[in-house]
Amino acid sequence: MAEEQLLRIKDLDLRFYTYEGVVQALDQVKLQINDGETIGVVGETGCGKSVTGLSELNLIPPPGKIEAGKVLLLKNEQWIDLLRQRDAYLRTVRGNDISMIFQDPKSALNPVYTVRQQIAEAILHHRREELCLKLLEDSKNAVEALKQSNLSENEKAKLSNSVLSRREEQMLQRFSENRRDSFVRIASRIPFLNRFKRKFDREVRKEVVRMLKDMRIADPDRVAEMYPHELSGGMAQRAVIAMALSCNPKLLIADEPTTNLDVTVQLQILTLIKDLKKKYGMTIQYITHDMGVVAEMCERVAVMYAGNVVELGEVKEIFKNPLHPYTKALLECIPRPGMEFKSIEGFVPSLINPPEGCRFNDRCPYAMDICSSDKPKFVKPRKDHQVLCHLYVGEFE
Amino acid sequence: MSSMLELEDLKKHYSLTGGILRRKVGAVKAVDGISLVVKKGETFGLVGESGCGKTTLAKTTLRLLNPNSGNIFFDVPDEVKERIRTLQKEKKAGVELRKLRGQWDLAVFKGRKLREMRRRMQMVYQDPTRSLNPRMLVKNILLEPLVVQNIAKGSAGLKRVSEILQRVGLGDRHMYRYPHEFSGGQRQRIAIARALITTPKLVFLDEPTSSVDVSVRAQLLKLFQELHKDFDLTYLYISHDLSVVECIADRVGVMYLGKMVELARTSELYERPLHPYSIALFSAIPVPDPTFKRERVILSGEVPSPVNPPSGCRFHPRCENAMQVCQTQEPKLIDVGNEHLIACHLFSK
Repeated sequence: MAEEQLLRIKDLDLRFYTYEGVVQALDQVKLQINDGETIGVVGETGCGKSVTGLSELNLIPPPGKIEAGKVLLLKNEQWIDLLRQRDAYLRTVRGNDISMIFQDPKSALNPVYTVRQQIAEAILHHRREELCLKLLEDSKNAVEALKQSNLSENEKAKLSNSVLSRREEQMLQRFSENRRDSFVRIASRIPFLNRFKRKFDREVRKEVVRMLKDMRIADPDRVAEMYPHELSGGMAQRAVIAMALSCNPKLLIADEPTTNLDVTVQLQILTLIKDLKKKYGMTIQYITHDMGVVAEMCERVAVMYAGNVVELGEVKEIFKNPLHPYTKALLECIPRPGMEFKSIEGFVPSLINPPEGCRFNDRCPYAMDICSSDKPKFVKPRKDHQVLCHLYVGEFE
Repeated sequence: MSSMLELEDLKKHYSLTGGILRRKVGAVKAVDGISLVVKKGETFGLVGESGCGKTTLAKTTLRLLNPNSGNIFFDVPDEVKERIRTLQKEKKAGVELRKLRGQWDLAVFKGRKLREMRRRMQMVYQDPTRSLNPRMLVKNILLEPLVVQNIAKGSAGLKRVSEILQRVGLGDRHMYRYPHEFSGGQRQRIAIARALITTPKLVFLDEPTSSVDVSVRAQLLKLFQELHKDFDLTYLYISHDLSVVECIADRVGVMYLGKMVELARTSELYERPLHPYSIALFSAIPVPDPTFKRERVILSGEVPSPVNPPSGCRFHPRCENAMQVCQTQEPKLIDVGNEHLIACHLFSK
C-alpha cells in the first residue's frame, strides 16, 4: 500500500548550545507523514517531541540550531526543503500549509487582543486575495440579480448592500494584488475613501465567526469580541484551533492540546478535532505523552526517546506487539487495576552527554555488548513497522 | 472498620466583596455541604473536574482554611459524636455543646489543640516546585515540622531526617542540597518525606502525580502503596486522573460543583456508575487500547460558575435525564445498596 507522503524528515540533528554544554536534542530523526493520516508522537518530557514539531516549521529558537537534515514538504507537487528557505517564503508556509496548536491555550493567546483580532491576523495574512476576489464576485452577482424585477424590497436591500462602487472595486483590486500598495494604505485612512476597507473587514469578521461556529462555540458573535482571560480552558483551546485551521492547512501539528484540560473537556476537544479532520481533510501530527489519547486518535505512532524516534508503526501493531524495549516498558507503566505498578529503572539520560551507542542501553533489560558501542540503525522487521534497536534485523525494505 | 475521619455537612464559601465599603456581594460555594466518612486504613479517592472543590475540601479538613459550618471529627469516639449530633439537632447553643465541640470537633479547634491535630494529618501538594521553599536545604525543609511540633531537635532530628529520606528512596547525600537540584519525581519524594516525618495517621495526597511523567508516576504510586502498608496510613487521594484513582483507591467519591454526587467502592463505581455525571466522566477516560471501543457520553457546555450554581440539582442543565423535579429540589445523598451512595432524583424513589 503506497500511500502519498506529505512531509519527510530526514536525519534531522538539532543542538542547543547552552552554558552547560551542547544539548543533542534531536539525533538523526527520521519521520514520514502520509497525506490524510493522524500520526501520534509519544514520549516522556524532554525526549524531543515538541522540538520535532517546531523544526517542521523551522521555528527553533536560539540557542537551538539545526545542524543537519532535511524537512521536505510536498507543495504543488514539488518537494521543498523548509530548512533552506528564506523567511519570506516560510511565512507563506506557516499557518497556510502547516499550522500548530500549542500546549497551553492561555499562553498561546495574546492577552491584549480580542479573539477576533487574533484569528483575523492569520486570515488577513494568507487569505487577503481570496477574500477580495470574493467581495468583487459577490458584487458582480448582486448587480446581475438586481436586474431581475421579481424581487421583494427586503431582498433588494440585501443585494444592494453587497454592490460595490467603482472606486471601491478599484481599491479592492489593488489591495488584492499588493497588500503594501501605498495608495491603498493611504486611502484606507481617509473617511469615505476607506469604505472598501470596512467592507473587507466585515468580510473577515464573518469568516472569523464562521470558524468559531465550526468549533462548536455557542454564541460565536459574542465570543469573538472577548479577551482571552474571559474564556475557560476549553473555549480558549477552541479559539486556538480556530486560528490554526482558519487558512485550511494541509498539516496540523497539535502539541499536547488537551494536557491541561479535564477529561470531559478533553473528550469534547478530541471529538472536535476528529470531526474537523473529516471535514477539512487535513493531516494531523498529534504530539502527546498520554497513551490513551494516542490509542483514541491516531492511525500510526512514532515513539521517541532521548532525541531518537525509536519505533514507528501502526497504532494497533505498536500496542499489540511493541518491539523496542522502551516502548514495552512505557506501555507497562500505564496503571491497570489489580496489577502492580511497574516503572522503568533508572533515569532519562542527560542529552549533553548521551550514552554511547543506543541511548537506551543503560536502562534496557536486553542490553548487549554492541548496544553500548554502536548506534543502532532504523530497521524494518515487519511490514509497516520500523524500530531502532540492535535486537532486530530488517526483513522488509 | 472504624472511621478515621468524618465530615458532616461541611461548608466553605469564599465571599466576594465589592463596592467602596467592601460589602459582601456573593460567595463562591466551593464546598457546599459535604458529608463523608473515611475509614481507618483505607485509601479514599476523590475525583472531579477542576474547580469542583476537591482541594478546598482537603484544605478545609486540615483547617488550613476555616469552614463556614459543619463538623470535622477526626478519631472521635462514637458516643461523643452521637451526643454532639443530638445536641445540634435540638438547636440549642448550650454550654455542653460548645464544650464538647471545643474538645472534639476539629472545625472549631484553636491554638495548641489545632497544632497537635496537624501532627496527625498531613498533606502532599500538587506541585512540588512550588510547595518546597527554594531557599531552604532539604535538611531544613524536613527538620522544620519536627521543630515546630516539638518532636526532635539537633542530632536526634537529623537522624530522623536521614531515616525518612531513606524510606522514600533518597539518601543522606541529598540532605545538603536545594530543591532545584532535584528532578520532579525526587522533589515529590521530598514533599512526601516532609509529610510523613511527623508520623501522621491521615495523609492528603492532592494530585501528587499530575506534574510527572508516566514512568515516574508509576514509581511514585508504588512508593505510596509501600508507605501505606509500612506506616499504617490512611490516604485521601485527590486526583482528576481517573485511571490512577481506579488503581490506588478502595472507595471513590465523585464531586461536582462543591457537592458529592456519587460515592461507592472503586470496582463498583467504575463498572457501574449510576449518576449521569459519573457516567459521562468515566466514559471520557481515554483507554490505552486501540481496539477497544466504548460508548461515549459527551457533555454539552461547561461547568457552571460556583457563584451562581443552578437551582435544584446542580447538574440538571447538562443532564440528559433531567426532570421537572431536578430544577427545583436538591437531591440528597442516599444509599442504593452495597455501600453505593448517590445524589440523584432518578434513584430517590
